[in-house]
Amino acid sequence: MSETVLNLNDTQQPRNETRESKGLWADAFNRIVRSKSSLIGLIIVAIFLLVALVAPVIAPYDPINDSDLVKRLEEPSGQHIMGRDSQGRDIFSRLIYGSRISVQIGVISVSFALILGVSLGAAAGYYGRWLDGIIMRAMDILLAFPSVLLAIAITAVLGPELRNAMIAIGVVYTPHFARIVRSTVLSVKAAEYIEAARSIGCSDLRIIMRHVLPNCIAPIIVQTTLSVGTAILDAAALSFLGLGAQPPTPEWGAMLSDGRSYIQKAPHVMIFPGMAIMFVVLGFNLLGDGLRDALDPRLKQ
Amino acid sequence: MAENLLAIEDLKTYFYTPSGVVKAVDGVSFSLKKGETLGVVGESGSGKSITAMSILQLIPSPPGKIAGGRIVFNGDNLLEKSEEEIRRIRGNDISMIFQDPMTSLNPVLTIGEQLTEVIVLHQKLDKTAAAARAAEMLRLVGIPEAEKRLKSYPHEFSGGMRQRAMIAIALSCHPKLLIADEPTTALDVTIQAQILELMNDLKDKFETSIMLITHDLGVVAEVCDHVVVMYAGRPVEYADVETLFEAPLHPYTWGLLASLPKIEERGKQRLEAIEGTPPDLRHMPTGCAFAPRCSKAQTVCREKQPLYRQVREGHYVACHY
Repeated sequence: MSETVLNLNDTQQPRNETRESKGLWADAFNRIVRSKSSLIGLIIVAIFLLVALVAPVIAPYDPINDSDLVKRLEEPSGQHIMGRDSQGRDIFSRLIYGSRISVQIGVISVSFALILGVSLGAAAGYYGRWLDGIIMRAMDILLAFPSVLLAIAITAVLGPELRNAMIAIGVVYTPHFARIVRSTVLSVKAAEYIEAARSIGCSDLRIIMRHVLPNCIAPIIVQTTLSVGTAILDAAALSFLGLGAQPPTPEWGAMLSDGRSYIQKAPHVMIFPGMAIMFVVLGFNLLGDGLRDALDPRLKQ
Repeated sequence: MAENLLAIEDLKTYFYTPSGVVKAVDGVSFSLKKGETLGVVGESGSGKSITAMSILQLIPSPPGKIAGGRIVFNGDNLLEKSEEEIRRIRGNDISMIFQDPMTSLNPVLTIGEQLTEVIVLHQKLDKTAAAARAAEMLRLVGIPEAEKRLKSYPHEFSGGMRQRAMIAIALSCHPKLLIADEPTTALDVTIQAQILELMNDLKDKFETSIMLITHDLGVVAEVCDHVVVMYAGRPVEYADVETLFEAPLHPYTWGLLASLPKIEERGKQRLEAIEGTPPDLRHMPTGCAFAPRCSKAQTVCREKQPLYRQVREGHYVACHY
């Protein structure tokens, strides 16, 4: 009793002000900034996106055409801070332009997986029964393949091209989204407020879109962020194997592949693209973990 | 005499489980007149909530299925309506309040969004008008600073305020029938009284009938006009509230009344509990479902199921005696 009264009182005055100035996202942002590791993740991701955005402005050389074969594999210097690659091109400029391709890969392939996976997972979780059986067994089949192997197989069938590599990664990531969404939908579906929504006359579609999915948003966002990181990694792997971006595209995996023959003689050709991949993936992972904590509604108060 | 708003006739709701058919509701009949409050009483598992959910057809199917009977609301049999038609009735003509206000509001939507949702679904109102109506409803259920509160999330509300908000949602389309499934069970006692009073006030204001599901006979005595007592999926007694409390006929009703603690007997003796447990709904005894626990049971009780019959004007009972 006394507790309820207390609650009533303190909900009425001070919290009102803070509530009105900030929404869910502002709160989440604050929590991310307060945690050191997720702040680092956020900074890395922000730099990465910024670099991709202004690549033509900050890149000192053209990534493809400024080649000087005489000075191939030149070591880092004041002029070329990361040195030159096997074709005598400026590695720093290529890395900067490569970030654009990585952003593209991350966004497109993960969006593909997100849309497909969320729809399939939501349908399976909400309707259950035979639909659930069919969808989730299909997802299990996809999950039974080692992911890189499956991506290689799909790219091989569709043809070695960056676009096909993105489709392949999208397909490979779909079951992960479907599984997460399905399990979250299952738990949300049992909640009393879903029954309450039905009792006021909401249709199935409305319940899924307005009541179920918004309650599943946190794991979806976390999975999306983490997936962007790994999608970039996987795309780099495909390109490394020659199935993704084709030369002379300045894709990080392709650059890594280009440098592998000179690992003894000119390690900088491999080290810099490798580090770029590592940092970006690390950034997305840290940010994803931070988001997981920040979006947990149980931490609200 | 006012006409029947809702008449349930021989309703049967079964659940088909791997271990057998659970007859959660097995032949329930009762009616509810316009403007009255009907109490539905019984212990856990007696089929009270399932009856309520059957009315709005919220039974999860499978495994549940309404196997027979009629639910006549305003002259129409609800069981013959399409999903689409039922959806238009839910929240509009018949709405429901649930037991636990902590879990029956969507945590990611503001109170205002949830309140306007039902209004927009059923009334031809634009967003501004719906928001105005929502604020009006919040004021009616006694939430101060209604406009401001519309922007709050459920976790910023206390239990009592959430139940008030639920009532606001349930009543915002002026339904003809409000089904309240143990609306006060999860609240503490002082808040319970406030909520009951609020429901009673709004009932008169909106001319809504209430079907109040509860296991709290104190609540029944306070607010109900008629009471139906359920046991093991069947009604065992129906009467107006005075008759039921003063001259109950069914031994189960006696048992329920006797198990209420009385202040003058404090410390003298233990509370009188009804011996035993309700029967397994998959394997019902052949005779009266209550016979194994009944102190007055005779041979006939164990052999033949008693008819649910009218013994006096407006007083029904299912007992051989």
